[in-house]
Amino acid sequence: MTATAQTGAQPNETAQAPAAAPRVGLFVTCLVDLFRPSVGFAAVKLMEDAGCLVEVPAAQTCCGQPAFNSGDRKDARAIAEQTIRAFEGYDYVVAPSGSCAGMLKKHYEELFDDDAPARERAAAFSAKVFELVSFLTDVLGVTGVEARFQGSATYHDSCSGLRELGISRQPRKLLASVEGLELKEMRDPDVCCGFGGTFCVKYPDISNKIVEEKTRTIRESGAGMLLAGDLGCLMNMAGKLKREGSAIEVRHVAEVLAGMTDQPAIGEKRQG
Amino acid sequence: MQITSPQFKANARHALDDAPLQRALGHVRSGFITKRATAAAALPEFEQLRDNARDIKDHVLAHLDLYLEAYAEKVEAAGGTVHWAETAEDARRIILDICRKRGARTVTKGKSMITEEIGLNAFLDEHSVAPVETDLGEYIIQLRGEHPSHIIAPAVHVNKDQVEADFRRVHTHLDPNRNLEEPTTLLGEARAVLRDKYFQADIGITGANFLVAETGSSIIVTNEGNGDLTQILPKTHVVVASIEKIVPTLEDVSQILRVLARSATGQDMSVYTTVSTGPKRAGDPDGPEEYHVVLLDNGRSAMLGTEFQDMLRCIRCGACMNHCPVYHAVGGHAYGWVYPGPMGAVLTPSLIGVDQSGHLPNASTFCGRCESVCPMRIPLPKMMRHWREREFSRNLNPATARYGLALWAFFAKRPALYQGLTRLAMGALGLIGRGRGRFSFLPLAGGWTRHRDLPAPQGGTFQAQWAKARGAKAKDMRSKSASGRASA
Repeated sequence: MTATAQTGAQPNETAQAPAAAPRVGLFVTCLVDLFRPSVGFAAVKLMEDAGCLVEVPAAQTCCGQPAFNSGDRKDARAIAEQTIRAFEGYDYVVAPSGSCAGMLKKHYEELFDDDAPARERAAAFSAKVFELVSFLTDVLGVTGVEARFQGSATYHDSCSGLRELGISRQPRKLLASVEGLELKEMRDPDVCCGFGGTFCVKYPDISNKIVEEKTRTIRESGAGMLLAGDLGCLMNMAGKLKREGSAIEVRHVAEVLAGMTDQPAIGEKRQG
Repeated sequence: MQITSPQFKANARHALDDAPLQRALGHVRSGFITKRATAAAALPEFEQLRDNARDIKDHVLAHLDLYLEAYAEKVEAAGGTVHWAETAEDARRIILDICRKRGARTVTKGKSMITEEIGLNAFLDEHSVAPVETDLGEYIIQLRGEHPSHIIAPAVHVNKDQVEADFRRVHTHLDPNRNLEEPTTLLGEARAVLRDKYFQADIGITGANFLVAETGSSIIVTNEGNGDLTQILPKTHVVVASIEKIVPTLEDVSQILRVLARSATGQDMSVYTTVSTGPKRAGDPDGPEEYHVVLLDNGRSAMLGTEFQDMLRCIRCGACMNHCPVYHAVGGHAYGWVYPGPMGAVLTPSLIGVDQSGHLPNASTFCGRCESVCPMRIPLPKMMRHWREREFSRNLNPATARYGLALWAFFAKRPALYQGLTRLAMGALGLIGRGRGRFSFLPLAGGWTRHRDLPAPQGGTFQAQWAKARGAKAKDMRSKSASGRASA
């Protein structure tokens, strides 16, 4: 299974000499690191298939969003500095999450408002950051994958990926190339699932109401599988679907695109 | 009005359990959103107009003092009177004084959120002046003794059958056996009842969507025509508006009007756009004899030059709440004061203090849908975050959340320690959860597991697995190349 890449999509590539394989630092995200390493390996596979050299800097933890969104700029900034340092020297920084990529790409600069050189460094870092599927399609020019999955899926647009990074048609385009997979759109795929980071535990009753609406539209889509590009949202929706007794499988979009669906789906037990 | 924002969580719980409210909120979720999307899509220059609208208001806010002075001069030149009110109390006093001077017993009112903000109705009632709301939604909630739950659809939380019951309860002079099945019959009944009130009223009070500096005009947009009857029929017209409603020219107004109704209800224009400039002139067939403008600050000038200044661009279209999943879940009353939804989550702390309304900017998933539809491009999530920063710096958020965050940040800033610890923790959690693949209960995770299962980790962190896999690969390659050399 190799990704079919089109060359010439990279802005830093010269017309004469074929560029060396882009060196990508994988920002694995804390949730994938802790809960679902298989998503990280799927991301690596997709990028390596597309001709990238992928490395995983050890000095990464979290993008800092929990601190940033809790009003704790000091810790958010310290974590940002650490992350920027860890990814120095890479051509690209790629995360299998629109939310974390959004944080790295759209919010790091403003953490250094009072320090022009640091702000510039943050801006240079942010310019290299991409969400995984957007990186594959928008940067590498990947138009399809050679994965196979027999069944139907519905795709949820996670909020940050959609509204901060404009990710919507890219995953659908790649999913359309998965052999055997039928995409069944749910109603309002762009409506929030109610996760919202710490929101879901700070306001559990409201979060529950929102995710209830979401799982209803997921079930109504008639799809056998739910996909999205953010593990936080996926864990929220999977947790609700499982609590409701639904048999719908929940997976990160990268798993299906990489053809790596041998692991149990999110919230499912290992067979045997 | 009584502030219940500190009890936001209890309010929300109550709202979630309120079946009629939940039924009514279903209409917000469907109706407004599609209509706005259709209207925006039908206008190729819509996005450009949003930029223009933002720029117009930014320009005004940068020169607000000059425009306010210019506006006031024009109002006076047209024969009107301008009253400056620094606080809500000042505004109430000024309006009551006008009522007393005119010997007013009844005032009719056009729909106005500003008069909600200053608690005008209760105040007038206390001083023996009867306010009569003439907007249908406002009229309904006045009968019910409630406050608006939405800034443009004040009775959006009320279902038709409830309105019918209220009308039967209050309109006792009408035939008790009359048929009120159709919404239009309810509308007709309200119209007939209100018609008399317009003629009885001594003063008409309206808000303003815009105050035009170049002409000294106030502008209201309505769909029912009630605003026109309110401001034209009584002998005195009082406009109550906050200072950021200023727009330089009529040309600027026309630009912002093109995004206002489309964002609000999906109409190209509201049914009525009414411009008032001063009292009735000699030769005018109708109009009030006196024209007053009460310009309210009430904390707004203190927002200028701060990270919340952009909020003053708001034109009160309601698009943010129409698209907000939290508003859809709990409705407007849960927010506990005048302004609900995302715009309320930013504005309320500015006006009544973040100590009282700290929940509001926190009760957001930051999904960003509000900002994506705001015609004035107000960065609502960003400003909610600024309120969270203020709360954090003053230790206003709960101690458990603070300590939890501090503990997490301690480890997140120490990658080696973090990875050692998470490897152990996730290994253990993965083992415990492996049997079912998820937890239906986990200590300290009650906020999560009350309503949903927690998917179990696969076991072992990515970092640990990666180090192992790539370490082995590297070793493998080294040994391969070593053996290759040996055989050569």
